[in-house]
Amino acid sequence: MSRSGGMDAKVVIVGASAGGVSAAEALRARGHTGPIELIGAEKHAPYDRPPLSKQLLKGELLASDVALRASTHLRDLNVAERFGVAATALNTKARTVTLADGTNTDYDRVIIATGVSARQLPIRNSVGGVHTLRTLDEAVALQSAIADAKRVVVVGGGFLGTEIAAAAVALGVDVVLAGKASTLLEGALGATVGEQVAGLHTSRGVELMTGPAATVHQLRVKDGQVTGVEFRSGEFVQADLVILAVGSEPAVDWLRSSSLSLTDGVDCSSDCSAGEGIYAVGDVARWHNPLFNVSMRIEHRTNATDQAIHVAERILNGDTTAYAPVPYFWSDQFDVKIQAHGYLRGHDEVKVIEGSLDDGRMIAIYRTGGTLTGVVAVGAAKALRQWRGHVATKMDWHDAISLS
Amino acid sequence: MKFDINVDKCVGAGVCAIAAPEVFDQNDDDGIIVVLDPNPPLEQAQLVHDAATRCPAAVITNVQL
Repeated sequence: MSRSGGMDAKVVIVGASAGGVSAAEALRARGHTGPIELIGAEKHAPYDRPPLSKQLLKGELLASDVALRASTHLRDLNVAERFGVAATALNTKARTVTLADGTNTDYDRVIIATGVSARQLPIRNSVGGVHTLRTLDEAVALQSAIADAKRVVVVGGGFLGTEIAAAAVALGVDVVLAGKASTLLEGALGATVGEQVAGLHTSRGVELMTGPAATVHQLRVKDGQVTGVEFRSGEFVQADLVILAVGSEPAVDWLRSSSLSLTDGVDCSSDCSAGEGIYAVGDVARWHNPLFNVSMRIEHRTNATDQAIHVAERILNGDTTAYAPVPYFWSDQFDVKIQAHGYLRGHDEVKVIEGSLDDGRMIAIYRTGGTLTGVVAVGAAKALRQWRGHVATKMDWHDAISLS
Repeated sequence: MKFDINVDKCVGAGVCAIAAPEVFDQNDDDGIIVVLDPNPPLEQAQLVHDAATRCPAAVITNVQL
């Protein structure tokens, strides 16, 4: 077996969502001729996740509409598909991946793209009417549960919780949204912009509970079916459907027996390598981004593809160029599309330089230390892209302010 | 070279315009894809392939030399 990289190396990709599929595509687009195996735990052909909490939940798209690629696309690229069989172990010495069916597959290069799974509460498995949303199957189940529900409690004021609440209230269900931060999306966007999002939710009929008192104490259950949520404040909210959007856990259990470092996801070097011939991409990968000088793990759709392309290039070029992207994400809240470039977590200041969510046009810029580190905008796509360029060049905050 | 686009699926992320700025642009407000060059020269092939891969909504398909 060839242990070399290069065009004829055998590449095994574990995880068949956006990151895994993009890695296969990027390798082929750059002339890679060796075998590529794409392993996916789910039986479905690769599908796209952002629509699950958006168009799919609202009934604007069906399960059959969210395929990532045309059905023959990967076979046309001569990629071997192994779907419906999870990887269970990685042996870095023998260079093999063990699968749930007991077989092993060897590799010259392996790309870990197993993503994250929804965080659960311990009580969940035994209770009807409690849902999480990560996979297509979960989304389909949740959609029909919302259709049958009268009153929904969504637990979690992050992107997933807010998008689910927006979709559910649009379907005519009573929705209570509980987030333990002081306002919605506070961790992601900061309080200034988060309060505007909270105002939007309130104006559309979502009942908000925020702050530490909105932490779940326990679920109330009768005959195996959830009947409501008891909060730390002592308040009880009746509900026939409870949706947990309380974060995610990197899907690394299958790597516990390997020698890899798994602090929070797969610990990688700046080039996204995690060991000899081993790379990680997407939600599961933690690496040091030199542009922001921060160790980060990014659960954004476009990062999965960007990181996959970066890793494909490292495999083919055999170099260790650092991955230094400006992260991007978007979120649909009712008819408002919020878009952001940069690394906003842990920012020191937010300044709204134009408009507001109510105006349908808003631009806010973010400072970390003395540097412009992010921009968030609504209805201002082109301006947003110009600001992205300023984030990429680490513009001094004073220069950014004088531009605004 | 040529390609197909499905504007209805566009989410306005603008990654196409960043990946291949001579071929793609965005509307000012909603950021929806604008094709600047429907038949770009072959030198653009890799950039157009990458734009198709990077697009978070699979708007660009059928990329052919």
